Amino acid sequence: MNFWERMYLPAIVKGLGITIRHFFKKIPTVKYPEEQRPYSKNFRGLHSLKRDEEGRERCTACGLCALSCPAEAITMIAAERTKEEVNLYREEKYAAVYEINMLRCIFCGLCEEACPKEAIYLDGPHVTADYVRKDFIYGKDKLVEPAFDIRKLNPEKTN
Amino acid sequence: MEGAFILEKLILVVIVFTISLVIAMYSTLAERKIAGFMQDRHGPNRAGFGGILQPLCDGGKFFFKEEIIPAGAHKPLFILGPTLAIITACISSAVIPWGQTLTIGGREVVLQVADINVGVLYIFGVVALGVYGIMLGGWASNNKFSLMGAIRAASQSISYEIPMGLSIIALLMVSGTLSMGDIVAQQSGFVNWNIWAQPLGFLIFMVCAFAECNRVPFDLPECETELIGGYHTEYSSMKLGLYMFSEYINMFVSSALMAALYFGGYNFPFMYELGLSQNWITIIGVLVFFLKIFGFIFFFMWVRWTLPRFRYDQLMGLGWKILIPLAIANIVLTAVVIVVKDTYF
Repeated sequence: MNFWERMYLPAIVKGLGITIRHFFKKIPTVKYPEEQRPYSKNFRGLHSLKRDEEGRERCTACGLCALSCPAEAITMIAAERTKEEVNLYREEKYAAVYEINMLRCIFCGLCEEACPKEAIYLDGPHVTADYVRKDFIYGKDKLVEPAFDIRKLNPEKTN
Repeated sequence: MEGAFILEKLILVVIVFTISLVIAMYSTLAERKIAGFMQDRHGPNRAGFGGILQPLCDGGKFFFKEEIIPAGAHKPLFILGPTLAIITACISSAVIPWGQTLTIGGREVVLQVADINVGVLYIFGVVALGVYGIMLGGWASNNKFSLMGAIRAASQSISYEIPMGLSIIALLMVSGTLSMGDIVAQQSGFVNWNIWAQPLGFLIFMVCAFAECNRVPFDLPECETELIGGYHTEYSSMKLGLYMFSEYINMFVSSALMAALYFGGYNFPFMYELGLSQNWITIIGVLVFFLKIFGFIFFFMWVRWTLPRFRYDQLMGLGWKILIPLAIANIVLTAVVIVVKDTYF
């Protein structure tokens, strides 16, 4: 080392310059709960069980999603639709119980691809944190999308 | 008269004590914030607006933590360690002149707790005492890492007190007094600041102040990567808090010392030319002094988040082989300049 290098001081001043530059830099951190980054278009998040245009659940409990699931996260119990439930379920057979274990799910989207009824899509946000394991088993109460009135969704298309 | 004097000093002591504690408290937050900004992060920002309550949360946490005294520890000394550290940290601010005189109701109040005529020596004595807190704590923990940290602290502070003292000798040759009040009063205005007369002395003093405060790059007594926590490995709860606190108070006091000895203390440019009354000059002077202190505290933190830690042999080499010869050269240089100036000008 030559004299200037052995003095340390020029190097220290240089280092101080670098840190003070960072001091005034814009901070890239996102303050998560208050401010959320937008999801990408093909992001696969929380599942939702879809309804058709009349607000009936599309799922017919065929079990293809459960079969295709590589993580074996999906379980369901099928039931037969009664006469009074015609406006609730689209098909004659429906899922009375439909559960996805979010700790097992790998969000691969194979259930989405397997579904012949276009009933399941991974179009939600992240699965949020929770305290106990059993709370990660999401039932129909969390998965089925809320009932909607299609005429109010697209007012200009309907008379 | 006497009663009023005692009351005045008592109030001043309480104010200085409170200010140094509050500044030490918020230095912890400032340190974490500055660390955050320098690493492109936010730093703590959850407790209160922008993290303003974070020190209170930390303090509360320290009080509620379990207090562990190791079975093999020497209990009285184990308790004495942090106590001594915080006491020595607090009493060294007694001789620092915070401002000029305030006239309150016809009574002149000097904003300095004690203007003793050996103020600089007093500070040196207290600073040297400060290492006992670390040493006793480290030894009493009955832990090899703590002992290593204590040994390092002792040898480091002995090594760096010598160049610190030598750099102060050169300053005393310029000022001709040991009283802190007089040293600061001499530096009125801007051109009379001691930094212009003693730039090398200031550099040596500052490096030694970093070492005496056990701050990065001289934080070998703590040295978490080698010695876990160094001298406070075995400490928990508020005893650890006291050690941390004393470190920040030391930082505040040595910032005040550097500002007072070399950067004119409460003096600011054009202080008499602006036509202000004495009370206003004093008040602005106090604010300016604190501004300088905050500047130095910021510099302490800035350096901490810039430099890595020295290796132990590098530390000793810097102290004995570079700083001491430099400080002696500085004394000789100062002496020659003073003699030449007195004889020919």
